[in-house]
Amino acid sequence: MKVIFKTSYDNDIDLHEDWWDRGKMIALVAVMAVLPFVLGEYYLAEITNTLIWSLAGMGLMLLVGHTGQASLGHAAFLAIGAYTDAALMNIGVPWIVAFPLAGIAAGIFGAIVAIPAVRMSGIYLAIATLALFVIVEELIIVAEPITGGVGGIFAPSINIFGIDFDRYASLNNFYWLCLGVVVLVTWLYANLMRSSTGRSFLAVRDSEVSARALGINVTRTRSLAFGLSCAMTGLAGALMGHYITFFNYELFSIFISINLLLVVTIGGLGFIQGAFFGAILITAVPQLISILRDSMMSNLGIDLSMPGLDTLIFSGILIGFIIYEPTGLYGRWLKIRVWFELFPLARRDMFRRQKTYLKTERMK
Amino acid sequence: MELIQLVIGGIATGCIYGLVALGFVLIYKATEGVNFAQGDMMMLGAFIALGLVNSEYGALPFVPGVILAAVIMGGVGYGVDRLVVRQIFGQPQFALVILTIAMGFVFRFVAGSIWGFTPLVLETPFAGNTLHIGGIIIGYEDLTTIIVTALLTLSLWAFFQFTKLGLAAQAASQNQMAAYIVGVPVHRVNSIIWALSGAVSTIAGVLYASKGAIDPNIGLLGMKAFAAAVIGGFGSLPGALLGGILIGVVEPVAARYLPGGFSQMSPYIIMLVVLVTRPNGLFAQIYAKKV
Amino acid sequence: MSLLEVEDLAVHFGGVKAVDGVSFRVEEGEVFSIIGPNGAGKSTIFNLISRFYKPTRGKIMFDGRDITPMSAHEIAPLGIARTFQNIELFDHSTVLDNLLMGRHTHRGTNWIQDMLFLPKVRREEREHRRVVEEVIEFLELEAYREKLIAGLPYGVRKVVEIGRALSIGPKMILLDEPASGLSVEESQEVAFWVEDMRRDMGLTVLMVEHDMKLVTQVSDRVLAVANGQPLAMGSPSEVQSDPQVMAAYLGTEVDA
Repeated sequence: MKVIFKTSYDNDIDLHEDWWDRGKMIALVAVMAVLPFVLGEYYLAEITNTLIWSLAGMGLMLLVGHTGQASLGHAAFLAIGAYTDAALMNIGVPWIVAFPLAGIAAGIFGAIVAIPAVRMSGIYLAIATLALFVIVEELIIVAEPITGGVGGIFAPSINIFGIDFDRYASLNNFYWLCLGVVVLVTWLYANLMRSSTGRSFLAVRDSEVSARALGINVTRTRSLAFGLSCAMTGLAGALMGHYITFFNYELFSIFISINLLLVVTIGGLGFIQGAFFGAILITAVPQLISILRDSMMSNLGIDLSMPGLDTLIFSGILIGFIIYEPTGLYGRWLKIRVWFELFPLARRDMFRRQKTYLKTERMK
Repeated sequence: MELIQLVIGGIATGCIYGLVALGFVLIYKATEGVNFAQGDMMMLGAFIALGLVNSEYGALPFVPGVILAAVIMGGVGYGVDRLVVRQIFGQPQFALVILTIAMGFVFRFVAGSIWGFTPLVLETPFAGNTLHIGGIIIGYEDLTTIIVTALLTLSLWAFFQFTKLGLAAQAASQNQMAAYIVGVPVHRVNSIIWALSGAVSTIAGVLYASKGAIDPNIGLLGMKAFAAAVIGGFGSLPGALLGGILIGVVEPVAARYLPGGFSQMSPYIIMLVVLVTRPNGLFAQIYAKKV
Repeated sequence: MSLLEVEDLAVHFGGVKAVDGVSFRVEEGEVFSIIGPNGAGKSTIFNLISRFYKPTRGKIMFDGRDITPMSAHEIAPLGIARTFQNIELFDHSTVLDNLLMGRHTHRGTNWIQDMLFLPKVRREEREHRRVVEEVIEFLELEAYREKLIAGLPYGVRKVVEIGRALSIGPKMILLDEPASGLSVEESQEVAFWVEDMRRDMGLTVLMVEHDMKLVTQVSDRVLAVANGQPLAMGSPSEVQSDPQVMAAYLGTEVDA
């Protein structure tokens, strides 16, 4: 087991405890950066999709995992990001301006919505966001001049200072672009979580009463978290728009919201890494299912093409995780790591969950 | 006259929203959890009834068939709580939200694989019959819906107010630990409430099916019922019903007199307005948390 | 002028008069205890001071300012810290992070600076950490610094609560039953800390406590309440020998 001898407060303040950890992160990003030279187009496109989902997942993670607010309507913010970006580019705004604006638009919309919504506790917020989602969906259909209504909208290909980032024509560039955005956002997110803003999010999540007693303005903190979360999701939406290239409101269905929830819960609530684990799962499973389906069909002649099988499998995974591993994939990973570090000293009941009893959330 | 006609139809639809909302409220009152699969339980209940009653399947007489369906769904509700929900007893509410959403998808898959995704029609004894009062036409199914809903709400209210089990359920919802200590079998009470909620949603499903065809996606109606429950204040049975009726009436009226899109949005807009202005619903019970 | 002045404070929940006409003054540097039987309204008085409840009547002045109209989160920046009877810690964070959360009122950066982790943020983080380390040393929490709250024994959690309140760097600290559930040795420790807080940190301590031994040992003055109404105020021994207080504790009426 590795023990770090800390010599300065900076050991704790820095993102990584030592150069070994930092080196691993640099190596990971380096490997990701050279992937286009190694992988074929199909897999590169899939990984790009995973990156976009990670970004959206981080958005929801900030809200659900780090501030303890549920949102069942995050697809609405993906949609706002995607439509803002595409609509701005269609009137000639360059991507480099349209993209941040898409994030800001989703963020501001989120923060405004949050002001009344954050006064609600847990379940009410979940319901309110669900309602918001339905309303946004209807508004997209109604606002046809901007959104293309039911017909849909085309996201023009990205061009920055003469370099082409088209999703099909220059996939490598598009991949690097997404990677860059994800790395940047992850860095900002991680910074946030090691500063007093991040701590105030955690405080609001774990005990609202204490947070208030410590001088934290709960409403403001929650709105800020909501806004930031929506902004991240909005950025992901903008990239998703470019990834799909032509989309209408149906792209951002309620199932996308649910899938996002899946990303954060299965990935591991409360860990930035969890968003990545979850995104990998959510993008890989449909591929695995289709491979399985094809092989069952060609080898055994069993037809698995019944509708809803994908969602059934997702639901099964979700139920399993909530019951048996509420800390998600990342939590499981941490446990496995500790087990190996302590081998052979790890005890079976080391990770036993503590029994907790329901504290009523009925207040006010 | 047209407005009155719209309102009457709206009340009948609203009763169904209200009944599904009652299912939410039952579970919320007892366990303080929200069952996002309520709409899908209604759907499954309707399909089970259809499977028992329709001539090409079970061909049972209507009333015993529906009662049997309600009993089966009660069993499903009990089983869901016993086998799945109880596993996460004590975890945050949010876990239950996700769990029940996932269960809704499972229900939808089950119904889809048994009865398919093409809309089916439940054979009811009152289909097609109408009542003429003045210039107004009332369908028998609307009339039945309203009467059944009223009776069901009344008996549920009495259940919580006067029976031992109902009181125990209320106690459990206030503080599970304390209820457990004073001898309320919290687990069993929760399961029974889930069973009851399953049975109520079956009735709602049958009434819904009497008004038109059903397919495995009608569970999405649960979202409107949800809005109804919120408008009524989540802990109140009569509130849920009134909330449902409000939505049921506003929808067709908005569709008739307002520009397109408003009708679909109206339940949620009303709900958001209620959430913002009167967070405890229009018929709230006030709780103060002790620090 | 007293540090805290409570005048004719009352709060009614429906028909229940939880607190009804309580007045007292706490001088700077004083240890002031509120005692009384269960349900007497002691914790309610705390919740009124920290603005979780809105008083029906009366006024609370702190340091010459009327804090009655303020919101709960505006209380800590004035220099009033508190602990909770039923431990309200941030369970999924470490002891260190819990204490750092107590430094919230001293933050000088906004979220944009935090996100970019500008050098100013790092300087502040170091300063917060230095203060928190002092608290850790004072309460001898070194061994638990990196432990999650969820796994800590009850006694340690109580201490962390006190630590978090101290991290605010307050003028006055409200301790809500700091010794409840603690062993004799542990409550003796609490007594020493309360003395040190007053002597070394110059804190004013307002305490709700059942343990009369602790109250007698540390308090300058004691206020006894029952049924939301003040019974007696004075030195610990005066209050303890007051016939009304004895009656309230024994649950019998005083013979006239």
